Amino acid sequence: MDVCGVSNFNVFPCVNDPYLTQYLFVAVFVLVAVLFPLVPLALVRVLAPRKPSPTKNATYECGLVSKGDSWIQFRAGYYLYALVYVIFAVETIFLYPWAVAFGGLSFGAFVAMMVFVLLLVEGLVYAWAKGALDWK
Amino acid sequence: MDAIYKLIQHYAPKIPDLLALALAVLLPIAIVMGVFLTVFALLTWVERKALGRIQNRRGPNRVGPVGLFQPVADGLKLLTKEDIVPAAADKVVHFLAPVLTVVPAFMVLAVVPVAKGFVPVDLNIGVLFALAVSTGSVLALFMAGWASRNKFSLLGAMRSVAQVVSYEVPMVMAAVVILMAAGTLSSVGIVEAQRGLAGWFVFKPWGLVAFVIFQLCAMAEVARTPFDLPEAESEIVAGYHTEYSGFKFALFQMGEYVAAITMGGITVTMFLGGYLGPGSDLPKIGWLVSAGWFFAKLGIIVVINIWARGTWPRVRVDQLLGFAWKLLLPLALVNIVAMAIWHFASNKLVGWGASAVVLAVAIVALVKINTGQTFEKRSYRFIS
Repeated sequence: MDVCGVSNFNVFPCVNDPYLTQYLFVAVFVLVAVLFPLVPLALVRVLAPRKPSPTKNATYECGLVSKGDSWIQFRAGYYLYALVYVIFAVETIFLYPWAVAFGGLSFGAFVAMMVFVLLLVEGLVYAWAKGALDWK
Repeated sequence: MDAIYKLIQHYAPKIPDLLALALAVLLPIAIVMGVFLTVFALLTWVERKALGRIQNRRGPNRVGPVGLFQPVADGLKLLTKEDIVPAAADKVVHFLAPVLTVVPAFMVLAVVPVAKGFVPVDLNIGVLFALAVSTGSVLALFMAGWASRNKFSLLGAMRSVAQVVSYEVPMVMAAVVILMAAGTLSSVGIVEAQRGLAGWFVFKPWGLVAFVIFQLCAMAEVARTPFDLPEAESEIVAGYHTEYSGFKFALFQMGEYVAAITMGGITVTMFLGGYLGPGSDLPKIGWLVSAGWFFAKLGIIVVINIWARGTWPRVRVDQLLGFAWKLLLPLALVNIVAMAIWHFASNKLVGWGASAVVLAVAIVALVKINTGQTFEKRSYRFIS
């Protein structure tokens, strides 16, 4: 049967691009994965008892009343790790295509990539020497 | 999924096209989710049994034969529990966080080749997709910690972000050598590249090191016990899910366990030859044998996870972060060089030996650098 006037073997009949077919499938998968936890949560609405009280809905703090707000500024230590992470996450974008093509590359291409990696290792060594990687 | 569509058209040509289409799309999703949810339910039982044995007790043994229906009982119980939302919390984000934790865990399933010829979708960037999507869970954990408006929750969320971000880097770097050897990012392509006698990547020196790094990082990524600082109950109550009860708590547990299983599936695919094994290419029953191999290997990874949980105490925050940045990351980078030595060596045996030596030297040196600073010569004072 022909839905879109094109005969093809695609699952999504109106899409001829194989990439698009795959990512449409991924989109459906996301939808199912999101709906999956929502169904039992809807069931909980029906099944579970609901008896809220001020004490029960208070912030948990081992029996004491919580002091001050918890939405506060947090220590910068986490921020340093995130910065170093960003450097290496960007490196990944360059490293992965190179790694996939590695089988057909020359020795020179390998050296070139190692120089690039070393530049980033220099950053890691700097952070290490400065003590940014030490949890204090 | 194309195959299923063709099968439906072949055997039942009367079915309207739209229905066949829906079946072809939803059937693989239903199969993988059903299978992995069963594995998840079994895993909770196996884990509690195994931990019980390790701690010299019996574990669950009341519900059903040898406590086998315990996961069902747990699920039903949590369904009927009151869902308490703290008055101070950000209601919307508090609700969204548990939903979002399970999504990345399931999304990874889309690219795991479970049996020969069965992968929900063979993306050409499969491994990158899996690594990228699995990191998404950290967003949900932080949402949970922030929305709870509880200091314990926020501390747990902070820790989980620092931890996942730190372990993501060596994990990604360890995967690079596999891509260099396989020459593709497709998960099926990586499995097919491991054909042959001792062809699994774990049997090569660089592959073994990458496997150990990847496995440790996978355990840290899903916050399994030696690395479960985000929910360290002796320090910060239950971390990011302190303020969660009922089925939302169950969803957090499910997200963690399913993520552990699916990351195990990626590990099996990348290092242990996926569905390959004796008999996986047989004409009629090959798919069944290969599925058996896949789940047997997944079982090994799961047992390693449980065993580690029962054996090791929790690490400290400084140890945890130092381990990722100062040991695993440099080692993963040296591993890339070792892989290149193996690749460019004229003789395979020479390459094998040379890369093994480089890695051994690197491991010894890194351990020395990391531990050498803390030991000082003791000075004794004697009272005579």
